Amino acid sequence: MNFILKYRHQLIITSILILLLCLFMFLSPRTFLSSGIYSAYMSTIPFTAVLALGLTLVIVCGEMDLSFPAVMAASGFVFSIVFIETGSVFLSVAAAVFTGGLCGALNAFLIVKIGVPSIIATIGTQFFIRGLTVLLAQGLAKSLIGIRDTFGYQILSGRIADFIPMQFVWLVILTIVFLLILNSHVLGDRIRFTGDNANAARIMGISVNRTKTFVFIIMGVCSGFSGVLVCSEMANWWPTQGEGFMLIVFASVFIGGTSVFGGKGTIYGTFIGSIIISMIEAGLVSAGAQGLWTRFVYGIVIITAVSFYAKTSDKKIGQ
Amino acid sequence: MEIIRLENIWKSFGKIHALEGVNFSLKKNEIVGLLGDNGAGKSTLVKIISGVFPHDKGNFYLNGEKIEKFSPKLARQNRIETVHQDRSLAENQAIWRNFFMGRHKTNFLGFIDKKFEKKETLKILQKNLGLKGVGITPDSPVSSLSGGERQGLSIGRAMYFDSEVIILDEPTTALAQNESQKVISFIKEIKNQGKSCILITHNLRHVFEVADRFVIVSRGKTDTIINKADTDLDNLTKILIDHAGI
Repeated sequence: MNFILKYRHQLIITSILILLLCLFMFLSPRTFLSSGIYSAYMSTIPFTAVLALGLTLVIVCGEMDLSFPAVMAASGFVFSIVFIETGSVFLSVAAAVFTGGLCGALNAFLIVKIGVPSIIATIGTQFFIRGLTVLLAQGLAKSLIGIRDTFGYQILSGRIADFIPMQFVWLVILTIVFLLILNSHVLGDRIRFTGDNANAARIMGISVNRTKTFVFIIMGVCSGFSGVLVCSEMANWWPTQGEGFMLIVFASVFIGGTSVFGGKGTIYGTFIGSIIISMIEAGLVSAGAQGLWTRFVYGIVIITAVSFYAKTSDKKIGQ
Repeated sequence: MEIIRLENIWKSFGKIHALEGVNFSLKKNEIVGLLGDNGAGKSTLVKIISGVFPHDKGNFYLNGEKIEKFSPKLARQNRIETVHQDRSLAENQAIWRNFFMGRHKTNFLGFIDKKFEKKETLKILQKNLGLKGVGITPDSPVSSLSGGERQGLSIGRAMYFDSEVIILDEPTTALAQNESQKVISFIKEIKNQGKSCILITHNLRHVFEVADRFVIVSRGKTDTIINKADTDLDNLTKILIDHAGI
């Protein structure tokens, strides 16, 4: 009983995933009882999920980040030009992830040092970073077709046994790291307290500013890495890259049970949430529904999940 | 032996003079009640002691040594801990996390020794708060504790980390009678364990029950200092009303 109570949010989200899978298997058994669809899912889920992991830390810390789609594009752009110039995937990844971290540091500077509320600061940087990237790229896409012949590509986007995409392996590793950080590491503890009650955290000797700076840099690094994964998988970079991710990443985090008020959230919930969100579109199309249905079903799933959370919150059940 | 000694301390915020030559001292294993009207300067005084504000003028001695630069961090290193009502706990976090907030026992990689921390928290819950078999565990969120229990948790936490001086800022305000009584017994425990305490409160009955000495702050000055042995509750009440009426 205690187990059910303690992990109720995780159980809710897992049930929704299983329900959806069963529904899709029932509606289109040919697709969902064969392995191909799962390989395809594993290749696209990480783009959303890596962003959602970073955003979970930001939101648990009581902050917001709306700049990550632009950071993805900027990092992807740096990845592309470094790869085109040097031909080294490793150098390109390092440069891209560094760019992401730098963008995160810019956000942190505005929020922590200047004192701009994060939601406003990151609306600004989202335009600034996207704008600068488009200017530098002269609005043109970059082809990375040569990347498919490299060893680096095998590590980023290759397929294990022709089935499991490497980006999914990276996602699993990152999920475990984030899970450990938020639940068992002192950094995660600082993030929770900063988001829950920044004053108490300060009184008890936690550096709130340093914690916020840390989460924004981590978010930038995640955005950078997600941008790398997209570029590598598609062997292409384009100036509007990342634009479609904004709302689905937020949806993944919130259907995963993270509280918008900060202090509360689970990495497991975000991981499953990203899977659900990424599953819906392809699931519907292969079930014979038109693409027109996608947003409607997103809406139903999100509303259902967040209503469950509201009804089973600590206060409602007297925990 | 005096742990804290303030001599002729001045502090202003712009044009407002919060403290105008305050004298104050706290001995080892002593409970001092800090009394006075709202805006008299009590909060400013304890904030100087806990390192939140620097003082403008005057001498601040800690264990006989003169303090030039002070901060909340240094105050904690010198084992001075302030317990604010509700403000030093994070409601949605587990009790054990709150207990070890900012002072976790970690390994060299920074991972928290959860097993140890939960075990220690459980001990404190049972010993200090008397919470046995009421469904509250170290994993429960702080929001499941009553107001008095939260004070108890904060006081227990300060004592666990071996604070020498515990500053309690209005610990019984907004608490029901039986909850206040719990807090009073936690304060007595501070004395029993040989620690010192500065107690700010409006409730004379509560402070009279536990304090050894009363310092009355009035208009930024501490002119009146009374030992418990030299007064009774009625007399103390009268003195305080006289001060407010000036």
